[in-house]
Amino acid sequence: MPDSHKVKVALVGNPNAGKSSLFNYLTGLNQKIGNFPGVTVDKRTGQAQLPNGQVIDLLDLPGTYSIYPRSMDEQVVVDTLLNENAADYPDVVIVIVDASNLKRNLLLFTEVHDLGIPVILALNMMDVASQKGLDINATALSRVLEVPVVSINARTGAGLDRLKNALTIPLGPVTPPLYDVLALAPEAIEETKKQLELDHNYKAYQYLINSPTLPSLNGDGESIAKHIIQKHDLEVRVIQAHETLERYSMIDGILAKVLSRKPTQEQRQFSNKLDRVLTHKLWGYLIFFLVLFLMFQSIFAWAEPMMDFIDLTFSALSDFVGSVLPDGILNRLITEGILPGIGGIVVFIPQIAFLFAFIAILEESGYMARAVFLMDKIMRKFGLNGKSVVPLISGVACAIPAVMATRNIDNWKDRIVTIMVTPLMSCSARLPVYTILIALVVPSTSVLGFFSLQGVALMGMYLLGFIAALLSAYVMKLIMKMKERSFFLMELPIYRMPRWKNVGITIVEKVKTFVFEAGKVILAISIVLWVLASYGPGDALTNAEETVKKESTHLNLSEEEMNDRVASYKLEHSYAGYLGKVTEPVIAPLGYDWKIGIALITSFAAREVFVGTIATIYSVGSAGEDNTTIRQRLEKEKNPKTGGPMFTPAVAFSLLVFYAFAMQCMSTIAIVYRETKGWKWPAIQLIYMSALAYLSALAVYNLLS
Amino acid sequence: MRTVADMRPGERGTVTGFSDQELSIKLLEMGVLPGTEVIMKIIAPFGDPVCIEVSGYNLSMRKNEASTISLL
Repeated sequence: MPDSHKVKVALVGNPNAGKSSLFNYLTGLNQKIGNFPGVTVDKRTGQAQLPNGQVIDLLDLPGTYSIYPRSMDEQVVVDTLLNENAADYPDVVIVIVDASNLKRNLLLFTEVHDLGIPVILALNMMDVASQKGLDINATALSRVLEVPVVSINARTGAGLDRLKNALTIPLGPVTPPLYDVLALAPEAIEETKKQLELDHNYKAYQYLINSPTLPSLNGDGESIAKHIIQKHDLEVRVIQAHETLERYSMIDGILAKVLSRKPTQEQRQFSNKLDRVLTHKLWGYLIFFLVLFLMFQSIFAWAEPMMDFIDLTFSALSDFVGSVLPDGILNRLITEGILPGIGGIVVFIPQIAFLFAFIAILEESGYMARAVFLMDKIMRKFGLNGKSVVPLISGVACAIPAVMATRNIDNWKDRIVTIMVTPLMSCSARLPVYTILIALVVPSTSVLGFFSLQGVALMGMYLLGFIAALLSAYVMKLIMKMKERSFFLMELPIYRMPRWKNVGITIVEKVKTFVFEAGKVILAISIVLWVLASYGPGDALTNAEETVKKESTHLNLSEEEMNDRVASYKLEHSYAGYLGKVTEPVIAPLGYDWKIGIALITSFAAREVFVGTIATIYSVGSAGEDNTTIRQRLEKEKNPKTGGPMFTPAVAFSLLVFYAFAMQCMSTIAIVYRETKGWKWPAIQLIYMSALAYLSALAVYNLLS
Repeated sequence: MRTVADMRPGERGTVTGFSDQELSIKLLEMGVLPGTEVIMKIIAPFGDPVCIEVSGYNLSMRKNEASTISLL
């Protein structure tokens, strides 16, 4: 039950000011991710306990440079801070600032302060500031601003006790604004206050300058604001620029009282030298490529033993449960449906953990921004944007957060193109499909002594997806005609050691999301599939044994061969079998049979279901007493027409290419619908990706067979 | 008029104004203020984007954005 008396505290700050670290320190793993109402911006909330035992609700707002948004993420900040009636409206705001960059960071602080919400200023990165020769007098700053100022270190957690203590002290009266905007447009602000029944200059001003996007304005208020702007002939942009300049000159005045500079040697030598290498026209790209290569090699090499272990554990578990439970439907549901289904979820955990560890480290260290900087010119040639690099790289993990990450791209066309091609990047759901098929047909020999050939093949699949994404973007750039400004302004943060706690929390968070969100779907589908594969129309299944025995009396089969025949007869005449048969004519040119057809159908819900489906189908389809691993089952599968193995290189590579390009993910379609606010783009995406997948798989199968 | 886009790596300059109103608001917020000193830090391979040091931090922008910031 939500406690309405709990104090709500919001965290606000510039990007890279250490906001997430502070949030992680305050809440630990006691946090959850939701959505802000009406938009798909991630909302991180959590709880923290204060020294006096009081528990507070913490809300982590997206990083922003000012309360004037230039993206949907930033919009959330002003929406939350302006709407007093909203459930998220905070009682207190902690503004975290980068002390080494105090002037720019204080701009946001003064804006938030002037909205009339009680504020605590958290001075972070004092160590970096003193390295730069900046000496900040926190006590004097607190006196000038008339708010509590606490110096903290969000990397080490130092000073957090003082911050928590500051939260226990009852809030004093809200101090007058640091800068009164009234002088910028006196009549208009007074009139807005009167008509919208506001008593606050800066809030009234927000309705004039920031409208029509503010949610707390009803349709009426919006037209009132517009009317006032017209009536007083307000030049909104000029006023806004003026406000920013005035605020900065006020901040200069404050800094003169609290900040002293000691002459120091340039302390950012290291960062500068590193930048010279990492953004070099040769070394820069080489290192970028090497980072990606290392990422994929390690995902393959480090995760595989763990995955094998999980795979074996689950087949042993099925074996054990099968022998303990009495024979019957329940036994088969557990050993053939539920356990393989759960195994198919758990087996992904090592890969997802490694992938997110890498992405978190790249972001934490500051390298991701350099990758964006390095790639912008090239990406623009293909109709993308340097900022598309982050969604595309995140797309390697999962298209859903990646599509959501495109919100940082302010240009609509760049954003649409990025959304359209991001699902071509090989997401982690394809990884198990790739892993199992590559392991099946690519020998595990090593190249040059230390690269595994399978690792190289895996990287090839990722490159294939990336190249397809670039080329599709290029085609879309030629087709789509849209003229809109795009801004690139981006801070290059200094390089820092990643904060391992943050990396750890990211990993736990992503694995949890996967297991509980995607896992639910996978488990449900596994069970549905087991039912479809175990039951069929009419009494074909109940009479299966008799029918098969009658048909094959002349063949003189051993008991085991007979059991196998019965099992595959049953599968063929099950609901799943009929479903697969329907698709067979369509997929036969690609080299697939109806069993793979079943897997393709279920993969539409989520690609990772492929492995589980294949495992279920082949375990139902074979009557062997002992449970074998998934790979062994695939190896044993025979092509009924040729008598050879079903998964020849031609079929395996055709499937690999199909999975690389096909839009087989309901969740992605749903998120694209939400992000583009219509069915047009998801429909186009589904059609072009399906066509690309089918034609490419057809070409590969025919070239190799 | 000379702009940030004309600067060579290592060169210093003082901002005098902006030629693009919409972009200027964002630049102001990011601490690119008239009278502020900027240093050209990095020019990306292929000449675009560029990275300047301003108000004590590194800010990257595209060349066409840099060309809206006029220098003394």
